[in-house]
Amino acid sequence: MASQIERTGVPTKEQIESTLPGDERRAKGPYAVIECWQEIPCDPCVASCPFGYIAPMKNINDLPKLDQESCTGCGNCIALCPGLAIFIIDETFGGEDEAMIRIPHEFAPLPEKEDIVRALDREGNYVADAEVVRVQKGKSGCTVLHLLIPKKFILDIRAVEPLPMR
Amino acid sequence: MIATPEVLIVGGGPAGLAAARETVGAGCDTVVLDDALEPGGQLVKQTHKFFGSEMEYAGVRGIKIPEILLREVSDSPKLKILLRTTASGYYEDGVVTAIFQDKKVLKFKPKKLIIATGAQEKTILFPNNDMPGVYGAGAVQTLMNVYGVAPGTRGLMIGAGNIGLIVSYQLRQAGIAVAAVVEALDRIGGYWVHASKIARLKIPILTRHTIIEALGEENVTGAIIAQIDDNWLPIPGTEREIECDFICLAVGLSPLSDLFRLAECEMVFVPEFGGDVPLRDTNMETSTKGIYVAGDVGGIEEASSAIIEGALAGISTAFSLGKNIPDYERRNRELRDELVSLRSGPVGEHIRSGIAKCRISAKTEVG
Amino acid sequence: MRIENHPILEFKHGKKVGFTFEGEELSGYEGEPIAAALHDHGVQVLRYSIRHNRPRGFFCAIGHCSSCLMEVDGIPNVRVCTEPLAAGMVVRRQRGKGELR
Ligand SMILES: Cc1cc2nc3c(=O)[nH]c(=O)nc-3n(C[C@H](O)[C@H](O)[C@H](O)COP(=O)(O)OP(=O)(O)OC[C@H]3O[C@@H](n4cnc5c(N)ncnc54)[C@H](O)[C@@H]3O)c2cc1C
Repeated sequence: MASQIERTGVPTKEQIESTLPGDERRAKGPYAVIECWQEIPCDPCVASCPFGYIAPMKNINDLPKLDQESCTGCGNCIALCPGLAIFIIDETFGGEDEAMIRIPHEFAPLPEKEDIVRALDREGNYVADAEVVRVQKGKSGCTVLHLLIPKKFILDIRAVEPLPMR
Repeated sequence: MIATPEVLIVGGGPAGLAAARETVGAGCDTVVLDDALEPGGQLVKQTHKFFGSEMEYAGVRGIKIPEILLREVSDSPKLKILLRTTASGYYEDGVVTAIFQDKKVLKFKPKKLIIATGAQEKTILFPNNDMPGVYGAGAVQTLMNVYGVAPGTRGLMIGAGNIGLIVSYQLRQAGIAVAAVVEALDRIGGYWVHASKIARLKIPILTRHTIIEALGEENVTGAIIAQIDDNWLPIPGTEREIECDFICLAVGLSPLSDLFRLAECEMVFVPEFGGDVPLRDTNMETSTKGIYVAGDVGGIEEASSAIIEGALAGISTAFSLGKNIPDYERRNRELRDELVSLRSGPVGEHIRSGIAKCRISAKTEVG
Repeated sequence: MRIENHPILEFKHGKKVGFTFEGEELSGYEGEPIAAALHDHGVQVLRYSIRHNRPRGFFCAIGHCSSCLMEVDGIPNVRVCTEPLAAGMVVRRQRGKGELR
């Protein structure tokens, strides 16, 4: 029997929770989570980390190994992962019940700073409204959206509903 | 008149261009023939960031790669690229014929021939599969990503391999709805990260489903799909109608290997590779001396491996022509090692099994 | 229909030119495949098949499958998925094997 991710592309709760660092690290500031579950021949993330915190792979099919304790949360990896599988979470951002998430977004038109957008989960379901804190355009055409979201949804929100095309 | 370049390369995709980079770099007079309007093969329509090895430009969008591959050699007087030129025949005396822009027949008698013609899309059987609006997924990609024309307003994708998943995502990027991705297997065949991208867009992936028929009179107005059982037979009562104005088939590719057959290269049917492919040694030379294979035409795989195979065919060809290639043996081994490494993971298993079926022991084994 | 406002791509088009399809005046971009220009105007049916007179559109879009053969400037069996559009072309749906005009 094929597993959930093999059938749907959606990871299980256990898989998702396994991407989080320890509480102490989470309280310190922004960190990357990598949602890469399959051994495929792919390695651009390794070179994307300016600090070398994603370990060089022995075999190009290896899963990425990120040193989350040292990760600075710079987010350079987000737009360079071909799988759009890397996100930055910052639980120290905003108020008590708020957090920031940075996600890759490849749709036009782009939202603008301070817009309220519909934040979606991994199955495309609406989770909450989110405020766009920053729109970081990359030269590769992959934009990174910085979103202010309710803290309780840091494990749920992973996309923004594309705006209708003009 | 018969042209006599040292190297003739048929196909200007990643494999052919990588081969040309090496042969031209080593000083061989090289002609590349491609039947498309621009060089790059499958790459010209691929807007996504590439998977694979950083060394073969992974992370770069496919559309940028041809330009990068050609950069080093594009000014060389040794390189000639003929576009809209289809290689159409191979004769006993080693002459290759080609149709130039549908107007003129050209003849070539090269010292060495590298065939890198890529692959074409397969179809599957169902009523009305010939109706306008039933398209190859790659064709839809060409129409929307190269020419900026929408194939329709709402599509149905057949096949959840990498091509089906990627084209679904790209349709949505072009503002076109995707009703569902239908897959006969009990699991997604492509990379899970691609599936995750379309799951986040709420595009359903229906495993263990198939298309029963396309609906419409003159063109597609919908489709009937149904669930299938363990023997891949539709389960009665599970049929349902999907509203769509086009259907994309992403059900696999088959190698365009006719030229090898004309050249009487020994062929073998390899299911893992999508059809008939030529036997080849570790330097990519076929059973017919002087004829090399590279890329998807030797077995459906990926651009990373097509580039490496092209480079390997290129340096082997140049070396066999007596060109001076510094560090030839080391480079040859590095390229071969890279191929082994790319193919070493769980998703490379079918490639390894395919390769084992079409290997001939190297005639000029190196190092 | 043309795709406007793509997140990744900027389409480079040739200059706008006129051509006729079944006697109707249409426009497209010079150098793009005739099939792309026709699709922009919603034309999917490119010919009728030889034996059963069934409608056919393009399938592979790279000049390999022969599904898209049309009559262009009086010449039948032109693969319009790869044939570049030029000003003033006369394009007709092909019926069966087509006719030399
Ligand atoms: C939707 C999609 C997504 C993909 N994503 C990835 C990815 O993320 N990473 C990756 O590594 N790979 C990817 N690939 C695979 C990759 O594009 C192919 O494996 C690669 O292009 C194969 O290269 P090639 O040079 O062998 O063949 P092609 O790219 O097919 O080039 C062959 C060329 O030869 C020409 N030709 C054929 N016959 C003749 C003839 N008789 N005369 C003259 N010219 C001829 C063709 O027109 C074509 O231009 C993807 C493919 C598709 C379709």
